[in-house]
Amino acid sequence: MYGSATYRVALSGSGMEYEPVIGLEVHCQLLTDSKIFCGCSTRFGAPANTNVCPVCLGMPGTLPVLNRRAVEYALRAALALGCRIEPVSIFARKNYFYPDLPKGYQISMYDRPLAVQGHLDVEAKGETKHVGITRVHMEEDAGKLLHEGFPDSDRASHVDYNRSGVPLIEIVSEPDMRSPEEAHAYYSALRTILVYIGVTDGNMEEGSLRCDANVSLRPRGQSGFGTKAELKNLNSFKFVQHALEYEIRRQTDLLVRGERVTQETRLYDPAEDRTSPMRSKEEAHDYRYFPEPDLLPLQVNEEWIGEVRRWLPELPAARRRRFVAEYGLPEQDAALLTSDRALADYYEAAARAARNAKAAANWVMTEILRKVKEDKIDVDRVPLPPVRLAALIRLVDDGAISGKIAKEVFETIYATGKDPADVVREQGLSQVTDEGAIREAIENVIAQNQSQYAQYKAGKTALLGFFVGQVLKATGGKASPSLVNRLLKERLDRP
Amino acid sequence: MAIAKQEVRHIAKLANLDFSEEEIGRFTQQFNSILEYVARLDALDTSAIEPTSHVDSGSHALRDDVLVPSISREEALANAPESERGHFKVPKVIG
Ligand SMILES: [Zn+2]
Repeated sequence: MYGSATYRVALSGSGMEYEPVIGLEVHCQLLTDSKIFCGCSTRFGAPANTNVCPVCLGMPGTLPVLNRRAVEYALRAALALGCRIEPVSIFARKNYFYPDLPKGYQISMYDRPLAVQGHLDVEAKGETKHVGITRVHMEEDAGKLLHEGFPDSDRASHVDYNRSGVPLIEIVSEPDMRSPEEAHAYYSALRTILVYIGVTDGNMEEGSLRCDANVSLRPRGQSGFGTKAELKNLNSFKFVQHALEYEIRRQTDLLVRGERVTQETRLYDPAEDRTSPMRSKEEAHDYRYFPEPDLLPLQVNEEWIGEVRRWLPELPAARRRRFVAEYGLPEQDAALLTSDRALADYYEAAARAARNAKAAANWVMTEILRKVKEDKIDVDRVPLPPVRLAALIRLVDDGAISGKIAKEVFETIYATGKDPADVVREQGLSQVTDEGAIREAIENVIAQNQSQYAQYKAGKTALLGFFVGQVLKATGGKASPSLVNRLLKERLDRP
Repeated sequence: MAIAKQEVRHIAKLANLDFSEEEIGRFTQQFNSILEYVARLDALDTSAIEPTSHVDSGSHALRDDVLVPSISREEALANAPESERGHFKVPKVIG
């Protein structure tokens, strides 16, 4: 009921409208094998406290050593977002006590982040929206607190530190978004690009991507900012949108009543579809950042940046434009095919080998994506190599098999990995282009359907479709439909 | 810039430390005397000097992304005051 339009409430009498101002902070887990400051595994789902060591447990006297690949992935993400890489960035300690943080501080970056001033162009409601990226910085993840599931969960919490020290980047946007739809579109585009460049698996259920939002309202036309609330726990695209819609409605109601918005952190409850203030951890925001004395400033020179840039793949937006220009695909098809890097790679390989970009697009978008969905697999796990699909497309284009038979052959080659030409030969599926055989089938069909034949002759020519269907059925779908059509018409219209 | 008792109490709280009124008074004095001493540096002209974050100005030592065996769960939990089913057990906190 809190539709996105409802917050445009006019103040009675004044005609004032409020405009939401939204910025997102996204945490993204990097796909390294080992943690950011120690050699423990980052694998999700290991038994509790088995991927831990003195470093990530925060034992006194241990020293962190930075993972080179974590830096490379962070740089890759920053470059993909058009950021300027800082030649020197500095790790800092963010101090607070919470049991998921074994050291009593989190190693993060504060006033000297890794990269600044990027942007991401996103499509929302048919328009391109330019969203600025304030900064990208590196930090370590905290452990996982379990509040339920133990016999004494009513009086104790339990901690698993496997996640402690997993490398993260935090991507902070400018407050450039003006609606929940834009925030949703930005988050979605950000996930696509991060997965595309291979720095994260983007798995939101496993927490590989997490999102907080800052939202405030201001009278439309005003350039200053209103008091903002920070929303936590927006762990799916849907939650981002719903939580923002609720919160904008809540703040609008306050302002319309002449009350003030309190600056606070609010937690989104998906079950209730509402936000409520987090029980304030008293003085929690006094983090007393200071430079991490155990880690020297991180220096990234031009040579390193150049190396990372060379490994950066073609980004989704550029690839989408190229698919439209190079393969003549409709914008929507190009967008779908480039939404996932493995899918785009698969499509391109099939399109090139088949020398029929449109047919390849149709096969990939319908049949391959159907299989991916049915079998619940990722595109890079599709057992059918793209060249096999291309061979099938060529069999159709060469007139060797009909489109209908091609769907059957597809099922076989998908399941067996066989060459489609072999399947066609073994199963005798070649298209019947022998006019004699088709004429024979036509005569049999007419003989068996005398009444329909009589009606046709009496002028009910719409029955042609019925006869085509019967003949195709009689030939096991192997007859070329255009040939059947022509021969039938000849025979039926014969005086 | 003198420090008041209120700020000492605040810092103690952030550090999860409990002090008596007598201690708070003593630490307030000590804080102030330390700060006064350090404030002598303000007499120097540092306008031409780059801020320093670290004593060592060398470049970062990086490690390759290679797994190193973790310690056993028993070892990990050995110093924990309390543990349960492979987890560290802590006083109840709200998530
Ligand atoms: Zn470790």
